[in-house]
Amino acid sequence: MTDSTQAGRRPSAAPGHAGGQRSTGGDPAVTAEVPGDAPGDPASGSAGDARGGSTVVDGAPRPRRPRPRLDADWVRRNGVFVALALLILVNVVITPNFVSEGTLRLQLIQVAPVLIVALGMALVIGTQGIDLSVGAVMALAAALIPLYIGYGAAIAILIAVLAGCVSGALAGSLIARIGVQPIVATLGLMVAGRGVANLIGGEIKSIREPGIVLLGSGSLLGIPYVVLIAAAVSVVVWFAVRRTLYGRRLVAVGGNQRAAELAGLPVKRVLITTYVVCGLLAALAGVLLAARSQASDPTRLGLLVELSAITAVVIGGTPLSGGQVRVAGTIAGALLMQLITATLIFHNIPDSTAQVVQAVIVIAAVYVQLGRRRSGRPGRSGRKASP
Amino acid sequence: MTSSAAPTSPRANQGVPSTRARLARLAQRQGALVILVVAVLAATLAFDSFGTPGNLTNIGLQASFLAVVALGMTFVIMTGGIDLSVGSVFALGGVLAAWAAQYGTWAALLVPLLVCGAIGLVQGLIIARGGLPPFIVTLAGLLFARGVLLLISDEGATTYKVPAESAFRALAQGSLFGIGLPIWLMIVAFAVGGIVLHRTSYGATVLAIGGQEDAADLMGLPVARTKVIAYVTSGLLAGFGGTLMASYTSSGVTVLGVGMELEAIAAVVLGGTLLTGGAGTVLGTLVGVLLLQVIMNVINQVGSLNSNWQAVVSGTILLIVVTVQQWLAKVQRR
Repeated sequence: MTDSTQAGRRPSAAPGHAGGQRSTGGDPAVTAEVPGDAPGDPASGSAGDARGGSTVVDGAPRPRRPRPRLDADWVRRNGVFVALALLILVNVVITPNFVSEGTLRLQLIQVAPVLIVALGMALVIGTQGIDLSVGAVMALAAALIPLYIGYGAAIAILIAVLAGCVSGALAGSLIARIGVQPIVATLGLMVAGRGVANLIGGEIKSIREPGIVLLGSGSLLGIPYVVLIAAAVSVVVWFAVRRTLYGRRLVAVGGNQRAAELAGLPVKRVLITTYVVCGLLAALAGVLLAARSQASDPTRLGLLVELSAITAVVIGGTPLSGGQVRVAGTIAGALLMQLITATLIFHNIPDSTAQVVQAVIVIAAVYVQLGRRRSGRPGRSGRKASP
Repeated sequence: MTSSAAPTSPRANQGVPSTRARLARLAQRQGALVILVVAVLAATLAFDSFGTPGNLTNIGLQASFLAVVALGMTFVIMTGGIDLSVGSVFALGGVLAAWAAQYGTWAALLVPLLVCGAIGLVQGLIIARGGLPPFIVTLAGLLFARGVLLLISDEGATTYKVPAESAFRALAQGSLFGIGLPIWLMIVAFAVGGIVLHRTSYGATVLAIGGQEDAADLMGLPVARTKVIAYVTSGLLAGFGGTLMASYTSSGVTVLGVGMELEAIAAVVLGGTLLTGGAGTVLGTLVGVLLLQVIMNVINQVGSLNSNWQAVVSGTILLIVVTVQQWLAKVQRR
């Protein structure tokens, strides 16, 4: 984990623009995530430790590392972790047999696909975008597996995941090159993608290929493969956001696209890459779900997953207005949503009440998150109150 | 909510627009209408059964439910917001209407409007006063309305039937001059909506907020109140759409309205309304809804195609239309 990636400094500013475009009008959140990275700065300290709310003074060589203080702001940033810990404690006390390997294993298996989708969604939301097509991509990937299973599990999975990449590339191209709004582009893909999945998938097909079955229900050293894959994806996404040039650029593009363009960042490439990654992860989640249920059901698989994923990302503290990606928060958010649902099921509380409770929790969580940054309309600049 | 990846363009030059810009604007506004006319003409020539009065009124009838919902969505999108809860609210309105029908026709009409209007009111207040993103608030509203629906229908197990003798059935099953009442209601709703949005100060405020919220605020326009009214309107109309559906099917079907919010958004976008708010027409939304319904009808006419083609074609057309819209917007800026 060296900072050697930091050596790849940004390319020189685009010709024609006066150098030293110091955009101070950016989002304060960006500076909180990207330590002083104004053009022409010396290489700043390691990325990823600027957790604090210390907004970097523009042009400062390196951020101050604030001491964590227990105040409202701290709660806002870490509320999701606190809530998760509390809910686990409550369950330990009130739910019989909660502390058992079986429960833990089941919860982790349940959350894995949603978590994988949510991580891709977090990247997209970090670029100030949104991807409504993930559920359809999951269904599409799952529908492709039975078609190509004759060539072996590996080929079938590869084709399924590639389909996700193609869908992501299409979304990214529409958004980055043509300038279609993310919500519209991915909405169109969602409708069309679900249709294509139904066309090629048809009715529910069972998948009995041993390789797929092993992937869905096998374990390594007692840990299910599905959970291992979700953990691996988490680590890779965290690393990409925190320690790579790509992650830097993603956050910069999300924080202020105009400024990123002026600074000479490859904005279009970053956007397209992000949507491709999101599509890839959604397809992977679809494959895992199909493997777990040993069937592909194009009509129902992945239905409303986009909403669960967005919720997990948002209660994890990633603002919809972009410029920040909170990987740990997203993981906690997905776990929290899963545990809320599970808790209600443990105590035989019906589905209807569960939905109402979830709705209230989402609103409350976002309200707490927004204490300092009131963005009435993400995607619009100039609506954010200065801190 | 719109998280536009494109930098928000400055408004088109404020002077007199060039002929080319004007043509581009016309195409942007009326592009869906052109596609609709071409599609209807082509379908009439291709299928004997398409152009029959019976089939055309059938299209109108099927369109009326979505159209009412999309009208409310138009108001919200014009303020620069979005309302994801309409599908659930539509279903909730239908179940409430079917349940209330046993207490009389007025109850069947008013109960869903009251409840759905209240949901819209709460959402509007949280968005306008609390400053939360519309996308998230109405997403929660989607969950909430669906939850309430399950609560009152015993986890979806109960289907309320409208009593056979109830006058409420006439609302969607009756007809006037040989044309179904829902079609008339749709026409009236859009006429009123058009007048409100394009001919009243309220409508001007809606467009001003969508165009540039801060500027509208600084001008002293009642931003919060206007937004709240828009969300209440959307809730009321979604509830009314569900009420119509309950009258049409004589029962409260609990599984309706899933994905309807996306259909409504698609119709609004097809109609040339920008998701960033501040531009668009009510008539465009109606055209967008009709276009979606015509596609569905044509796919059914072909017969050899299964209904999944409808989703593929609708999605593709949506993507093509927004791509062309972007290109036209570029032409306008030149």
